[in-house]
Amino acid sequence: MTTQSAAGSRYRLFLERFPVRRFVLVLLALVIAYGGAAGSIATLRAGRFSGEVWANLFISGVARGSVYAIIALGYTLVYGILFIINFAHGEVFMAGAFTAYFVAVGLASKGMLESNPIISIGILFVVSSLVSMGVAILLERIAYRPLRGAPRLVPLITAIGASLFLQYTFRGFYGANARAYPTIPAIQGTWEIGSFPVQKVHLISILGAVALWLVLFWIVERTRVGREMRAVGEDREIAALMGVDVDRTIVFTFGIGGALAGAAGILYVFLFNQVIFTMGFFPGLKAFTAAVLGGIGSITGAALGGLILGILETVGPNLFLDGAGVPSPNQLIPIVAFGILVLVLIFLPGGFLGAPDDKSRA
Amino acid sequence: MTAILSVNDVDAGYGPSEVLQKVNIYVDEGEIVCLLGSNAAGKSTTLRTILGMVRARAGTISLRGEQIQTLSTQQIVSKGITMVPENRRLFAKMTVRENLEIGANMRRDKAEILTDIDRVFLLFPRLKERVAQKAGSMSGGEQQMLAIGRALMAKPSVLLMDEPSMGLAPILVQQVFETIQQINADGVTVLVVEQNANVALAIADRGYVIQTGRIVMSDTAKAMLANPKLRDAYLGELEG
Ligand SMILES: Nc1ncnc2c1ncn2[C@@H]1O[C@H](COP(=O)(O)OP(=O)(O)O)[C@@H](O)[C@H]1O
Ligand SMILES: [Mg+2]
Repeated sequence: MTTQSAAGSRYRLFLERFPVRRFVLVLLALVIAYGGAAGSIATLRAGRFSGEVWANLFISGVARGSVYAIIALGYTLVYGILFIINFAHGEVFMAGAFTAYFVAVGLASKGMLESNPIISIGILFVVSSLVSMGVAILLERIAYRPLRGAPRLVPLITAIGASLFLQYTFRGFYGANARAYPTIPAIQGTWEIGSFPVQKVHLISILGAVALWLVLFWIVERTRVGREMRAVGEDREIAALMGVDVDRTIVFTFGIGGALAGAAGILYVFLFNQVIFTMGFFPGLKAFTAAVLGGIGSITGAALGGLILGILETVGPNLFLDGAGVPSPNQLIPIVAFGILVLVLIFLPGGFLGAPDDKSRA
Repeated sequence: MTAILSVNDVDAGYGPSEVLQKVNIYVDEGEIVCLLGSNAAGKSTTLRTILGMVRARAGTISLRGEQIQTLSTQQIVSKGITMVPENRRLFAKMTVRENLEIGANMRRDKAEILTDIDRVFLLFPRLKERVAQKAGSMSGGEQQMLAIGRALMAKPSVLLMDEPSMGLAPILVQQVFETIQQINADGVTVLVVEQNANVALAIADRGYVIQTGRIVMSDTAKAMLANPKLRDAYLGELEG
């Protein structure tokens, strides 16, 4: 009797101690790694794609990743100061790019896009950034400020509501159809880097994103308002004790995140050439993924996460899935993006450069 | 003579709970005044109410004769008063230098800010050695020095200090209180909150004792030090 129950309890102890969760996770990771590796090897063996194709996929991945990174900065900045996810940020991005479309059409009709491409592009960036900035500031004022101090779930629900509200408001303003952006001839075609042709829009997106990121980094790390942003993010009450105008700093944070999203919107239409009122949804979610991947709250993390995601999106489906015999792998890009989001949340909840953060205030 | 800071019949609390009841405190220009009391007596709440972090529900608070009890924290500190908060509350992810710079956030006199940073380094040479280090990675004593330095960077005329001795070794406590005397000698009026009655009274001009949100005693520091009732009746089991 006694030995039996002792053995029984030992067995139960083993069961209790056995790390079921960890075991399942490791198994899952192995399956994914094996699948990815097997697919990649099969793809490379089959040799359907030349080195040049891979290089092009990589560069287009860096280009789209750069755009994700700039949108991701908006999530990360707002999270860093308020600890909320502004899920309407995708719509902030849409608002600028969509509004600038009409300016682009106007410029095209005057022949400006051909005759004065640099000035035209400058105008598009300014319009898009200002509109996105305005929408972001209104969003803070109307949707988030009244909820400050509420439990975190509340602004999250508000964000989803605001997101739909903005989508359908802009649908009301601008219509339900997808519209092709007028082309700017000067940025079509390729530039030769060495002897390797790179699409102009890819290079412009990458360089534009690098410039925007550097400006933001400088603002946050080296300017007075950046220091105030960091102070409010660390301890709002003590920031006020230092004489920081907390409300103004939060408005500034939304504004700068919005302006970046607007600029990213123009880079995005350079790459994808069309606008529609729902266009904020996927880039928004992917940029959010990038922000989480890099470590939400971290500016460097947003850049890193965006690049990794962009590259995995363009290279990944062809590399992992094509050789595994999956038909038209590029249709499955969202699986890569959101598969990554889930895996990161499971294995690395703090992302690459962030610490897991359980602050529960809003 | 009117006090530089005066708290008159102030009630304050958090949500439904009343903490302060008819609190009266005044501080004359140039004084060091200490507010003593055991744990949860309402010492921090008093300082936080003066700074607008907790709203006074009744009564008035005046700084140089001007009522401030309805102003925001940001507006109040712009009138030349600041605090070394309980538990220091440094910006842990910022460097020592950045913490000092943000202490001077309201000031525009760039050149003078630089000389004031040097003056803080003169007061606390340890901080100079750690200037590029993140504030969160420093020892408790260094953090308290930085918290004091950060407050001085605002060039306050009135400095509130919330338990500056908390968590420090006795020798450091001594140092901190000597520094407070030095700051006071430079013309800063000080209201310091303490549980550690003896050290505080040793440098103070006057003292108050707060118990469950009421001021129950006020006297000159000398008289309070000599008063045997003080410890037994009001400061409970806490040694002075
Ligand atoms: N943020 C708060 N919310 C609710 N009650 C609080 C808060 N801060 C302090 N209190 C309560 O107010 C009373 C006085 O606290 P406090 O002023 O911090 O005391 P002391 O600084 O003298 O230790 C205590 O009963 C404490 O529990
Ligand atoms: Mg306290």
